[in-house]
Amino acid sequence: MSHDHDHDNELDPFAARVRALETILTQKGLIDPAAIDVIVDTYETKIGPRNGAKVVAKAWVDPDFAALLKRDATVAIGSLGYTGRQGEHMQAVFNTVDTHNLVVCTLCSCYPWSVLGLPPVWYKAPPYRSRAVIDPRGVLEEFGLTLPATTKIRVWDSTAELRYLVVPTRPKGTEDWSEERLADLVTRDAMIGTELAGAPK
Amino acid sequence: MNRREAKSVTALPAGVDAPVFAEPWQAEAFAMTVALHDKGLFSWSEWADALSAEVKKPGAASDGHDYYEHWLAALEKLLSAKGVAGKSDVDTLAAAWERAAHATPHGKPILLENDPSRTEGRGGPTG
Repeated sequence: MSHDHDHDNELDPFAARVRALETILTQKGLIDPAAIDVIVDTYETKIGPRNGAKVVAKAWVDPDFAALLKRDATVAIGSLGYTGRQGEHMQAVFNTVDTHNLVVCTLCSCYPWSVLGLPPVWYKAPPYRSRAVIDPRGVLEEFGLTLPATTKIRVWDSTAELRYLVVPTRPKGTEDWSEERLADLVTRDAMIGTELAGAPK
Repeated sequence: MNRREAKSVTALPAGVDAPVFAEPWQAEAFAMTVALHDKGLFSWSEWADALSAEVKKPGAASDGHDYYEHWLAALEKLLSAKGVAGKSDVDTLAAAWERAAHATPHGKPILLENDPSRTEGRGGPTG
C-alpha cells in the first residue's frame, strides 16, 4: 500500500510455509492455485450470515418450511441452495420463551459455514470454547444478553459431522413484515445464540 | 472494577470483530485445506481431529489471534502423516521462499525463481 520508501519484500515464516505447501501441492497436482483463489473469494464475499438470515426469516413466515427445518435441517437449508461442502449435517434449534439455545465448538471451531460463513474470532478463541459450556449465562451476559432466570439455556456442541443453527424467536410487532425485511433483523450472533433477533426499528 | 479485573484473564475477546482473515496466508491455508478435502485427501473429521489437537495445546492465545497458526500446523502435520509433504521438504522450500522474497524488488511479484540460492536449472511452475 505505502510506496513512500524502498524496501525489499519479506515473507514472514507462516506466509513462507504456506507458499512452500502451495508449491508442493501444486507440483503434485493436488491443488490448483486458481481454485484456491475462488475458494478464498467465496468465503470472503459470497457466503455469510445473510444465507442463514434467509433461512430463519422463511421459517418465521412459512410453517411448512419451519416444520421441515425442524425435522431435517440439512434438506430444508439445501432447498434454498445452501449446502455444506464438508458433508456435514445441520440441525436447527429453535428458541422458545422457555429455552434459549447457544452454539459452541469445544473441540475446535466447527461452524455452519454454508449458512453463516466463517466464524468470528471470538468463536474460535479458547475463552468462549471453554466457558460457553461451563457458564453459558455468564457468557451471554458478557455479550449483553441477560435472560430471565426462568429461561433454560441449552448449549449445543458442534462437531465435524453435525453443525447447529439457532432459530431465534420472531420479534413482536413484525406480523405483517415481508420475508426480506424480516431477514434484516436476523444477525449472525442471533444465529449463534449470543443475542436475540433485533427488535423492529 | 475488581470483578472486571478478575475476569480479564478469561474474558471474551472484545465484541468488535476482526476480519475473518487477518493476513492473506491465512486465507490461503484455509482454502488449501478446503481444496484438499474436496480432493478426498482427508475426511473432515480427520481434519477436525488434527486441528483440535493443535488448538488445545497449552499456550493458545486467549484472544484467538494465533488460530490460523494452529490451523497451518495442523495442515502440515496431516500432510506429513499422509506422506504428501514432509517437514524437511517444507522447511527447505519455505527458506527458499523467504530468500526469494528478500531478493525480489519491492512492488514486483515474489517468484520462487528469484531465490538467489536456487540450484535447479530453471523455475518450476509459475502458476
